[in-house]
Amino acid sequence: MRIEPLGDSALLVRVAEEFAATDTLEAVARAARQLELAQIPGLIELVPANTTIGVFLEPTGAGAFDELRARVECALEGNVDTAPARVVPMIEVPVCYENEFAPDLEAVAQHAGLAPEEVVRRHADAVYRVGCVGFTPGFPYLSGLPPELATPRRASPRKEVPAGAVAIGGTQTGIYPRKSPGGWNIIGRTSLRLFDVERDPPALFQAGDRVRFRKISREEFDAFAV
Amino acid sequence: MKVLVRSAGFLASVQDFGRTGFRQSGVSLGGALDTHALRVANALVGNEEDAAGLEVTLGKLRLRFEDNRIVAWCGGAFSVRIGDAKLRPGHCGFVGQDEELTVIAPDKGGRAWLAISGGIDVPLLLGSRSTDLRGGFGGHEGRALLDGDELALNVEEGRFTTRPKGNGGLETAAPWGAPAIWASVENSNPVLRIVRGTDWDRFTGGAQRSLVNGAFRVTPDSDRMGARLGGPELARIDAGDLLSEAVVPGTLQVPPNGQPILLLGDCQTIGGYPKIAHVITVDLPIAAQLWPGDAVRFREVSVEEARRLLREREEDFARFRVGLSLQPR
Repeated sequence: MRIEPLGDSALLVRVAEEFAATDTLEAVARAARQLELAQIPGLIELVPANTTIGVFLEPTGAGAFDELRARVECALEGNVDTAPARVVPMIEVPVCYENEFAPDLEAVAQHAGLAPEEVVRRHADAVYRVGCVGFTPGFPYLSGLPPELATPRRASPRKEVPAGAVAIGGTQTGIYPRKSPGGWNIIGRTSLRLFDVERDPPALFQAGDRVRFRKISREEFDAFAV
Repeated sequence: MKVLVRSAGFLASVQDFGRTGFRQSGVSLGGALDTHALRVANALVGNEEDAAGLEVTLGKLRLRFEDNRIVAWCGGAFSVRIGDAKLRPGHCGFVGQDEELTVIAPDKGGRAWLAISGGIDVPLLLGSRSTDLRGGFGGHEGRALLDGDELALNVEEGRFTTRPKGNGGLETAAPWGAPAIWASVENSNPVLRIVRGTDWDRFTGGAQRSLVNGAFRVTPDSDRMGARLGGPELARIDAGDLLSEAVVPGTLQVPPNGQPILLLGDCQTIGGYPKIAHVITVDLPIAAQLWPGDAVRFREVSVEEARRLLREREEDFARFRVGLSLQPR
């Protein structure tokens, strides 16, 4: 584990040098839990993402940076096993993969050399982990995409991707929480609300969560959408 | 009591210190791009430091007040008037019922922060009254102000509700002001101090030298998320994509074209571009004034130095507050 300054008011804890899917995300989640439990004064929030945790410190706090850094280091050295683990939820995402919601399914299928139905089957059969949440509020970057489905981002991003679009970008898959520009290949749509300011936490997904897609029909989609 | 937006101008929005605690959900910090300017203005009008005020970009903003208020502003070289009287930056002004306050486009810099006694009363959302312009929530209806908007103000404590006597009437409510360097942020060809980023070593020696010796120019596609800079190409030693990790306002990230982006308050919470450096916290007010065409240079300092400068500013601000509390009211 390496701890580096991230500017003058934050630290970046590098939990692992390489990303090894589940193992890394679990190690990151454990480290984040240790930092939470340590209740370090002046620590305001944590941003776990892939192999790292951003540790944000009270910017106007008078505490010496070295002292905070030492406390973070100390907290991470503690016995991991005594930290009660967060129960990692499995979130099921109903997705309608029908043509009108899947403008890039054909392109992904061609790239993979598979039939579109096979792409859908493999996408919906896999279990994913949230590597990080960002880009727009609530956007989950999911690892665990079957390697044969990996597809480069579109050469020119769309100006507008609809809310709920399920898409593939490189080796990851993700879901657009709201209408936004985007360059990933869209293969389906969900009616789940991924981000809601009235909710706590406002995002449906947190780094480390497990995710599964469930294929639904257009009729089911419409029923969910109400 | 309300304030009526007669003319919203180029871009004006309700901002406070921003949202903390939700970055792991992908919610940007946001808030005033120069929180120090906002808190100085708030302190002058007797508000809590983090009361919601207005961030005004370029002008021309015109406000009409429904009741008597004290106002103060800090930021770029704007011209602010109450009726016909000029209100200097970092000074209190009295605005009477039905009077108009005008913020006219600046000669230098691009942003100003206006505090109104009592503070702007918009709902707290995720712990903040800031407008998240990209997310479309918070502040006043999740958007920038429009002509004809009405903003509710909190009940004023009542210290300043009568027009001050003398001193030219409405020009100033008090003879004291904030230190000039806080009131008006100098921005002619600024030198921003930086500390090394976590990816500093991924860049060539030439790139590292260019960053601290070269001059960069702010390009037009800059906004509250970041200032895009043009200048010597900052080349990497290694190639390939990096995993996304936390970024912070002040981060200088370098996309594959080698032209750095200086992230500001509305920046994303995570990013996958290498971070060559970070502008230090005490220089973020200068960064918030950068405008397309401005030249900017960088100078490296240690993290210890950056922390010392921050500590000094905090001590100065604490003394300023004590000074204000001793002024006769």
